[in-house]
Amino acid sequence: MLTITDLHASAGGKEILKGISLTINAGEVHAIMGPNGSGKSTLAQVIAGHPGYEVTGGSIAYEGQDLLDLEAEERAQAGVFLAFQYPVEIPGVTNAYFLRAAYNELRKARGEDEVDPIEFLDVMEEKLKVVEMDASFMQRSVNAGFSGGEKKRNEILQMAVLDPKLAVLDETDSGLDIDALRIVAEGVNKLKKPTNATIVVTHYQRLLNYIVPDFVHVLAGGRIVRSGGKELALELEAKGYDWLLEPAGV
Amino acid sequence: MPTTSYADQFAAALAAGEGPAWLPALRERAFARFHALGFPTTRDEDWHFTSVTPIAERTFKAIRPAATTLTLADLEAHLLDPDWHRLVFVNGRLEPALSTFAGLPAEVQVSTLSEALREQPEWVQKHLGTLAAFDTAAFTALNTAFMQDGVVVRVPKGEVVEVALHILHVTDAQAQGAAIHPRLLVVAEPLAQLTLVESHVAVGAPSYLVNAVAEISVANGARVDHYKLQRESAEAYHVGTVQVTQGRDSIYHSFSFAEGAALSRTNVYTKLAGTGSEARLNGLYVLDGAQHADHQTFVEHLAEACASRELYKGILDGESHGVFNGKVYVDPVAQRTDGKQTNKALILSEKARVDTKPQLEIFADDVKCTHGATVGRLEQLPLFYLKSRGIGAENARALLTYAFAAEVLETIEVDALRVTLEKAIFERFTHHRMD
Ligand SMILES: Nc1ncnc2c1ncn2[C@@H]1O[C@H](COP(=O)(O)OP(=O)(O)O)[C@@H](O)[C@H]1O
Ligand SMILES: [Mg+2]
Repeated sequence: MLTITDLHASAGGKEILKGISLTINAGEVHAIMGPNGSGKSTLAQVIAGHPGYEVTGGSIAYEGQDLLDLEAEERAQAGVFLAFQYPVEIPGVTNAYFLRAAYNELRKARGEDEVDPIEFLDVMEEKLKVVEMDASFMQRSVNAGFSGGEKKRNEILQMAVLDPKLAVLDETDSGLDIDALRIVAEGVNKLKKPTNATIVVTHYQRLLNYIVPDFVHVLAGGRIVRSGGKELALELEAKGYDWLLEPAGV
Repeated sequence: MPTTSYADQFAAALAAGEGPAWLPALRERAFARFHALGFPTTRDEDWHFTSVTPIAERTFKAIRPAATTLTLADLEAHLLDPDWHRLVFVNGRLEPALSTFAGLPAEVQVSTLSEALREQPEWVQKHLGTLAAFDTAAFTALNTAFMQDGVVVRVPKGEVVEVALHILHVTDAQAQGAAIHPRLLVVAEPLAQLTLVESHVAVGAPSYLVNAVAEISVANGARVDHYKLQRESAEAYHVGTVQVTQGRDSIYHSFSFAEGAALSRTNVYTKLAGTGSEARLNGLYVLDGAQHADHQTFVEHLAEACASRELYKGILDGESHGVFNGKVYVDPVAQRTDGKQTNKALILSEKARVDTKPQLEIFADDVKCTHGATVGRLEQLPLFYLKSRGIGAENARALLTYAFAAEVLETIEVDALRVTLEKAIFERFTHHRMD
């Protein structure tokens, strides 16, 4: 589904990703872990098409297409979804309008009819349950005045509505209490299908008790310094990151 | 700037004028003042960014309009809410057949200026021209010299008017080349409440000058909500001045919306003269092409513990030019003043520009006064967020432009009006219907 080859990216003239290679197949869950500042969000944003990062080398192939050739909205329409580490507040646009606009854009891209606000209510009713969110959230402005946990849940709500093939969850666990964490993780698990794949970015092992990864990669200094199975996450939990950083020269 | 071109018109108007003896005297004083001041120039501090040369170079004519042939159906889009009490003026002339205010509580007096002058000249004399000073304001002087049929509203003590009063000024082809000087006098007596909607609209694209003056007295414990919609013809000139005086614990909320006219200037001035009074002055202007819109606010904190809040936003496209000048004066007696002023402009094109100037004069020490101004383009991060959900660049920009306006439209407390403006702005930028 996704093949990243020797990816280099920079921002503000500074190289952040220094040669990342990664292959993800349908049905898999990959965790990307690593200390703060190692480039995890940069990788997530580059996959989603953030214009603030310049790809200086390497490639990303997604479903047989050159992902880097697509605009951010085209990537979304092709099934790529990023749950933001810091979801953006958009005062003045209701969650309901925003979600329906996004939903319809994706339907249009697939050659399907748009749904009207009434039809969309039915879609929403079901999706709100996935993240145990109250319908009143729909009439509020996108993320505006939401608590940290509500913002993260709202990201997963969007994921539920947009039904992506490749979901990248960037620190979706940060700022969540244990109940919210469980709800969000269960939401993600419910959305899992053999035909889609998930990248879970986190620097705590905690989330991985709920969303169990098939592979764990450790990112440090813009490079993947170690890959392994789910037991690698436990090892990191016990030993920290330092034992991986020094031998890697970071 | 030449003002002599209006002298003949003034002499004729004075000769034809009716009303009590003090009125021609007031008019003469006003015209003399206008003559002495002349039209403002960009050398005047208050007009630094706005040249009124296009107005000063022409001589707009006083007209005696014939009864209109426009019907309510022609004005449907401008009625906003058909259930409101409504006074419709076409080219400055009241059209009783298009108006409806019989449903107002009997105690509330709504009349034309000429009626009020006939029926209660002393009461009118006590108020008219006393709030809207013209010694330093040429356009207010010109209005006072030429004002014709205006509206006089008196809400007696304790009376709460539940349904909004809409004063709708319509201009059409008959107004080509004309000057119209609407006048509004509102007196809300102690504890009275009134919601006023003042619209200025056009049918077709005539070129004319509207020079409106409103005087509003908000007595102790009274509240006036005043919505002004400037949707003049694209060829028109609009100068509007609202001058308010507030008593103790009174509330005056103003919302000023401007999207019309080639050149416009909107002044909202309030004097917080009674302890504990509150003013909220908000506004939104949306410009395109070669439009120029200038907004000036002036809040005078003249008593203790008063609050003022201002939020003005502008959206500018094409080669348009916006000006915002927010003046705040805090008198030495006005301790515990709480003032906040914000103005934000969103620039959509290369050539649009904004000049913004906050002016704070503070002479008391126990004061909380802040101001902030931003001028900029759409932010990258929200754009990326929307695009990352599959919303195309053009739609994302349109949606964020609407959202920029929505923050201030949200403060409109009259539902029918808020929804109308939200829809209008949404459709203007997204080219989609809002549902
Ligand atoms: N837009 C940017 N401009 C400049 N530096 C950036 C930018 N984004 C990230 N960085 C820098 O790149 C490094 C990696 O950041 P990030 O990808 O956010 O790390 P992580 O998500 O692993 O904590 C940090 O040193 C950060 O300061
Ligand atoms: Mg990060």
